[in-house]
Amino acid sequence: MEPFTQHTGRVVPLRRTNVDTDQIIPAVWLKQVSRAGFGKGLFAAWREDPSFVLNQDVYRGASILVAGTDFGTGSSREHAVWALTDYGFRVVISPRFGDIFRSNATKAGLLPVVLPGAVVAELQDLAENDPAATVTVDLDARVVRYGASGEAAFEIDDYTRWRLMAGLDDIGLTLRYADDITVFEQTRPAWLPTAQQA
Amino acid sequence: MTSPPPRTLAEKIWEAHLVRATPRGAGGTVPPGSVSEPDLLYIDLHLVHEVTSPQAFDGLRAASRGVRRPDLTVATEDHNVPTLGVTGPGLPLSGPLSPVTDPVSRTQIETLRKNCAEFGIRLYPMGDAGQGVVHVIGPQLGLTQPGMTIVCGDSHTSTHGAFASLAFGIGTSEVEHVLATQTLSQRRPRTMAVNVEGALPEGVTAKDLILAIIAQIGTGGGQGYVIEYRGEAIRALSMEGRMTVCNMSIEAGARAGLVAPDEVTFAYLKDKQHAPHGEAWEEAVSAWRSLVTDEGAAFDHEVRIDATALSPYVTWGTNPGQALPLSGAVPDPASFEDPGAAAAATRALSYMGLEPGTALRDVTVNTVFVGSCTNGRIEDLRAAAAVLDGRHVAEGVRMLVVPGSMAVRACAEAEGLDRVFTEAGAEWRGAGCSMCLGMNPDTLAPGERSASTSNRNFEGRQGKGGRTHLVSPEVAAATAVTGRLTAPADL
Repeated sequence: MEPFTQHTGRVVPLRRTNVDTDQIIPAVWLKQVSRAGFGKGLFAAWREDPSFVLNQDVYRGASILVAGTDFGTGSSREHAVWALTDYGFRVVISPRFGDIFRSNATKAGLLPVVLPGAVVAELQDLAENDPAATVTVDLDARVVRYGASGEAAFEIDDYTRWRLMAGLDDIGLTLRYADDITVFEQTRPAWLPTAQQA
Repeated sequence: MTSPPPRTLAEKIWEAHLVRATPRGAGGTVPPGSVSEPDLLYIDLHLVHEVTSPQAFDGLRAASRGVRRPDLTVATEDHNVPTLGVTGPGLPLSGPLSPVTDPVSRTQIETLRKNCAEFGIRLYPMGDAGQGVVHVIGPQLGLTQPGMTIVCGDSHTSTHGAFASLAFGIGTSEVEHVLATQTLSQRRPRTMAVNVEGALPEGVTAKDLILAIIAQIGTGGGQGYVIEYRGEAIRALSMEGRMTVCNMSIEAGARAGLVAPDEVTFAYLKDKQHAPHGEAWEEAVSAWRSLVTDEGAAFDHEVRIDATALSPYVTWGTNPGQALPLSGAVPDPASFEDPGAAAAATRALSYMGLEPGTALRDVTVNTVFVGSCTNGRIEDLRAAAAVLDGRHVAEGVRMLVVPGSMAVRACAEAEGLDRVFTEAGAEWRGAGCSMCLGMNPDTLAPGERSASTSNRNFEGRQGKGGRTHLVSPEVAAATAVTGRLTAPADL
């Protein structure tokens, strides 16, 4: 995973709430067996509308998506994260995220940032009034900087922040505890099912 | 000696699976400096399907890692398989005799088969007697048991919580993590009690109950929580009904739902293939009886639902929280206080092609779908068949009945339900996710409108441009008869 410390980019304002992962990447796109190329399917149905925000030239190349509350609800498909990163997004900002989406994002190098609705609206206004405006997301300092003096702190737990900043492989981290896992396994009740028995 | 502090059911299961716990208050000792690590949770059962696993197996190969516990891993083919022409095992994946005509789906199924063979994972393939929707086959095989931790790369894993197993959906990176380590690194969730007081009135089902719960707490209301469903109405539900309720926990934003086990749970599990037998059964039941929230244990949040006030529910919009009693009318977006909710309602009505004030009973459909991990079990098919018996699907309406598994299909056929459906003019299909999500041949065409027993009415969920109304199996069947959203009592 590519380390994430700080990112400066332009903003795509997505003024919608309840953006479920079926909208981010429709199911017909989920049949690929690799992680690559999902950007083409990002918001596939909405992009058919020429006025959809991603189709506006002024937002081309923007790397921070700012959306309404409950972003990434619904299906657990990590393909939604892969679609966003493949398209070029590094950060998504919303007042609230679907739990599974948020977890998936931090495993795949996309930073989910929770900010209050008022700040989200301010960032969307900024991007609509001046699409060239840049916003800086500083994971190290846990703060988003925008406009002349705008600054909003966000919360992220120490461990996730550290893991993202170091770009660490979760599995490698867990395998440090392989012995603990083995010890735990010896305590499991004998009646628990296995796929092979019966 | 002091007695241990009272704990919720969720906390008991969580604590019984801690390989490593975050030191409370102190923070961990992971470099650099003090970084508080999440808990490391052992996973008792990992369910795998063709859509969210290929990239995880690739990741294992790239890192030269194996599957730690293939014996705790079970796979099936459900999401993209066709439901026509799949009547038994051993069907070819390609050629003129193959039911799979889409080459991309074929590749995904082939990939799962290769991965399962390479890593020694038990697979129930298309057409096999054990095949079915992943959340239908776990309970049916007796693999889902109280007190377990269960994960799957599918958000409806919450279904298994009906058995008091802590079960939740994960993404593909976490699928790879579980394959490699049989654990997950997780923050301890908060706990929410949904207390359903009183009894459900006659004709009101588990589906109506969960739609009403989601409408009350909202699609994000359960975010960060494990919900425990409690109260008289929950106790009165069958295991199938409890699974329907827990299944849609994720539609309220909660990764997991739980119901404490009782005699109904034990009776369901007894003699199931993978359930404990003999002395082990007695030992297990005795342990399972302790899986209740202790008197005095505190939840982080509590919600109260009056079951006696409920009636059949139906969704009118494009998220599962946009639901109302069937006796109601399409709402006016101007009536919403919250501007975000009003904007979402405006957008939803435009997508759904509905006008404010229209009676929901006047909304006409051209497709009815009975199936899915929400309502594709035998009890659901019995309920739909009971309504259809002696009646006929309205002209111009297509009705698909898709059993949740090949075993449900066989059971329904033994009871003669398939004949009830076909004589009523419905299509009787093979097992799979089918029209719940538009990634197999069963889809809505643009502009088509369905009454569906599935779990999501998102834009395009059942096919691009398709419009979905979520309903119970009973309402689905009654709707098929009239062609309008209808409760059985209206017939």
